[in-house]
Formats: sequence, structure tokens, C-alpha cells
Amino acid sequence: MSLVGIHGVSLRYGDRQVISRVSLQIETGEFFVIIGPNGAGKTTLLKALSGLHPLIEGDIQIRQRPIGDYTKKELARTLALVPQQVNADFPFTVAETVLMGRYPHLGLLAVEGKRDLELAEQAMEFTEVIHLAGRRLGQLSGGERQRVIIARAICQQSEILLLDEPTAFLDPAHQLRIMDLMERLRLREKITIVMVSHDLNLASTYADRLLLLKDGTVENIGTPREVLTREQLTKSYGCTLLVDENPLLGTPRVSLVSEKVAATISKDSGEL
Amino acid sequence: MNMIGYTPVYKKLITVTLVLALILVVSILLGLTGGSSGGSGAAWALILGLVEPDATLEAIIWQLRWPRVLLAATVGASLSLGGLVFQALLRNPLAEPYILGVSGGSAVGAILGILAGFSVFPGLTLSSFVGSLAVLLLVLLLGNRKEGNSDSLLLGGVMVNAFCGAIIMFLISISKTVQIQKIIFWLMGDLSAAGTESLPLLLGVLPCFLLIFLLAQPLNLLLTGRESASAMGVNVVVMSLVLLLTASLMVSLTVCHSGLIGFVGLTIPHILRLVLGSDHRILVPACILTGASYLILCDLLARSLPSQGEMSVGIVTALVGAPLFISLLWRESR
Repeated sequence: MSLVGIHGVSLRYGDRQVISRVSLQIETGEFFVIIGPNGAGKTTLLKALSGLHPLIEGDIQIRQRPIGDYTKKELARTLALVPQQVNADFPFTVAETVLMGRYPHLGLLAVEGKRDLELAEQAMEFTEVIHLAGRRLGQLSGGERQRVIIARAICQQSEILLLDEPTAFLDPAHQLRIMDLMERLRLREKITIVMVSHDLNLASTYADRLLLLKDGTVENIGTPREVLTREQLTKSYGCTLLVDENPLLGTPRVSLVSEKVAATISKDSGEL
Repeated sequence: MNMIGYTPVYKKLITVTLVLALILVVSILLGLTGGSSGGSGAAWALILGLVEPDATLEAIIWQLRWPRVLLAATVGASLSLGGLVFQALLRNPLAEPYILGVSGGSAVGAILGILAGFSVFPGLTLSSFVGSLAVLLLVLLLGNRKEGNSDSLLLGGVMVNAFCGAIIMFLISISKTVQIQKIIFWLMGDLSAAGTESLPLLLGVLPCFLLIFLLAQPLNLLLTGRESASAMGVNVVVMSLVLLLTASLMVSLTVCHSGLIGFVGLTIPHILRLVLGSDHRILVPACILTGASYLILCDLLARSLPSQGEMSVGIVTALVGAPLFISLLWRESR
């Protein structure tokens, strides 16, 4: 039994249909990464999965139950979302922000008890932001802010974590830190991770399975080795990409090939 | 607990509520004892039970000042809480019932209700509520045409407010009805009309206070953005609607009794946010208590400053509120 079942889902963004009849399953404990060119509908699909985007057809089920049947709080206890960019213009402190993740577990007025404070503290320790607890979100760097929002999502104690390009604005060290964090969450807490990413090499290194979206339809779905082939990527992204093997891990490694280099090589041998 | 700089919310709530409640009690006592008629020393002595009851002074305190202090407290609490809710929902720290034109709209509704001969309840309350909602809708439409442009929201509000002011003056000028208060009552606010008959109606704002207090955490989450709030389990549309309607109802309930009093909803939430931070579970009760104290003291000034008679309380709130606000803005922008 799959944890998440997406059945023939179509989505519209503005007047444009961005996802057309997409179907797929996500299993419990999987590290699932959605890749694809700009405008493929990755973010919209992720939002639909978290119940933030209306479906025009098809249905999304979690544990065989349509997400429309969940109350908002139930859904928030099942799925937590880490958005691409975090608004920092509100003056809450780090501790206040992380504790907000407890909202779906609390009643009216949402006064946190001892247990909630402990959970927040653990989450902040886990993402290494505990020393920032009293600081305001606006005073933090991009990487710190991202880790605060991930701590908030962990505090939500949901079994599925959805992330929209969490590494987009981070340097390699911070990218690695976030990805390793996800890996640990998955292994230690058995949390299912669904992530949108533009970074094919990060996807290749960490993902169990990849979904390659293009123009709102499924181009390919499978292990990194199955999806990240030169033929597939050249076709889907419309540019020349070199795919070889990562000497350390044996996973596919994707390199960009500039137009100039691509032209010389294809003249010489006709092959990349 | 090694979370530096975090006090559990219930501890903070208790401390803040106790301190501010104490300030409110002192303000009420000051409001009861101070004023143009009757020396304040004698009034203190009477309230504390130190002297034999004096019938005249007793009447002044309990029949004139007590309803007026209660009215000031209720109006002050409602206006500052209304300001807090509007600021959070519209994500604009300058939003306030008076500046948004919501107070003006409900005043127009109330005057039309009086001209139509409605009874105070439910007719007048309803017409005033409809007036405030109409303005709110108009201002939101004006402000939403350009996504994220908060200036157009305020500009729209200021213009609607000016328009409402003109309509108020127009309606009062052409009508011969004696029930309608003076123009100055509606435009600058006045609490001298307070009487025991207006008090039951003001009890209507208490459920509004309670509801907003219970929804303080969703209000916090809404401040982090609609999508973020929704992903954390807040029903954004329902919550926003309930909060906007409650805040408007609260403001329109008080406008009939006090006219348009400006800047309270701007000054009090700003000061409290600077001192207490952004958690609305603390800010909501703090706004209610501080807003109440603030307007009692402003009204005391309005009663006692002029050597003869008294002036509108709206003059005091504007004189205190506007410069204070400018200085806060100055400090923030540096």
C-alpha cells in the first residue's frame, strides 16, 4: 500500500494548465525528488500535494484517503511544507517561529505545554539553530533561516516532509548540510521526503527515486540511474549534458556542456 | 531549558495581564476622581470610604463619571484591538479603523440609521455594521488591485475616510432631526454622551474580545504568509473572514456611542509591539487593557484641561498619538 497516491491529477495555474493527468505513487520512507525544466509544474504539483492548490481533475490520496477529506489540521499533522522562499519581514523570534509548528496539535488559543517546548528544542538542536532561539528571523542568513523553517516543519511531527528547492540559494556546504539533515530525518524518524530540486547531482546522490516532469506530464520516473541518462536529459532539458559515473558513489554524475564545446565535440566524433 | 530568550507563553501572559490590569485599575480610579467639578482629594476620600458619603459628589462619581469611564475603557479597548487585527490581517503596520475609513463608514451607517428612525438595537447597530463592512470591502478592493502594494490600501482608506467625513457633514447639515449629535461629536469623537443606557450595548464587544483572543495563534500564523499558515493547518479564508468581521463589528458597536476617535488603534499596538514583541497571544489581552487605560486617561485630559467646559477626546488622542507615531516611525526607519 502506497503512502501517497496521485491519480490522474490535472492542475491549473492562472489560466494555464500546468499539470495534465499525472499519476504516481510514493512509498513510506522514500526520498523522492521531483526534477524538470522551468515551468514544468514541479512547485504546483508539490503545493497540490500539500492541499494548497485545487485539483481540476483526478485525486490525491494519503493512506487511501483523499486529501480533501482531511481537515486542515489533520493534513498539517500529516504533511509539513518547507516553501522555497521564507518571508522574513515578520518580527517573530526563531523560538516563536519553530513553536508555531505545534499549532495543528494544539487546541484553541494554542498555548504550548512542556512537551511542545521540548519538541521545539529537539528540532532546533537537530537543525543546529538552538543558539539562535532568541534572534529574529530577519537577522539570520539564508541558510540559517532555511534550517529554522525545517525545524518548524520537524516540530509539526508529520510523516511526510515536502520541500521546494531548499538548497536553491545556498553555498555547497549549506546545501550539503540541508541534504544530510533530510537523509538523517528519513533514516532516524522514518519520515518520507518529497523534494523539488533543480540540482541534478544532489538529486542523484540522495534520491531513491526521481520524477522527471516536463510540460506538466511525467517524462520518466525511476531510480537516478534510470532517469538520469544523457538521452533522457538532452531530450527533456533541450541542451547537451554530459552524464558519467560519480567515481565515489557510482551514481550518475551530470555536467553542463557549453554550446561551444558541444559543437567541437560533435564535429570531431559525432558522439559525446 | 536552554532556549535562550524564550519565556513560555503562559508565564508571559500572566505577568503582562497582571501588570496591565493594575494600570487599568489605577486609570479607572484616576478617571473617577479627576475632573472639573469636585476636588479630586474629596473624591479619593469618598471612594476609599474615609469620609461620610456626600450625595452630590457621589452622584457625580457614580452617575456621571462611572458610565463615562466605562465607555472610554470599552471604546479604547475596541479601537486598539481593532487596529491590531487590521494590522496583522492586512500585513500593514499603519492600518487602523480610523485611517482605513472603517470607523467613518460605520458612522455614516449610524447616522443614516438615526435618520431612518431605527431603534438602537438591532437597527442602528446593524446599519452601522453594514456601513463599516461596505467601507472595508471598498478599501480591500482598492488595496488589492495591485498585489502587495500596501500604500494603495492606506491611500484608499484615507480617501474613503475623507468622503465619509463629507457625507457625515452633509447629512447633519440637511437634517432637522434633533437626535443627531453635533458634527464635532462624529468627526472628533466625544464621550460626554455616556449614560447608563449605552452600557448594555457595549457588553456586545466582550464576546468579540474573547473570540479574537482565542484566534490569536492563527493570527500569528497568518502573519507568516497565507500559504505558510495554510500549510500549518489554518483555514485561511475562514479565519480571515471571522477576524475581519469581528473587528468591524466591534468598531461599529462603539462608533455610535463615541463618534470617530482616531489614532488609538495605531498608537497602542505599536507601543506594545515594541515592548512585548509580536506574539498576538500576548498582544491581544495587552491591547484590550492598555487601550482601555489609554482612552480613560485621554478622556480625563479632555475633561480637565480646558478651564471651562471640555474638549473632544479625539483631539487628545490625535495630539498624543500622531507625534508619538511619527517618532516611533522615525526610530524604526533609522
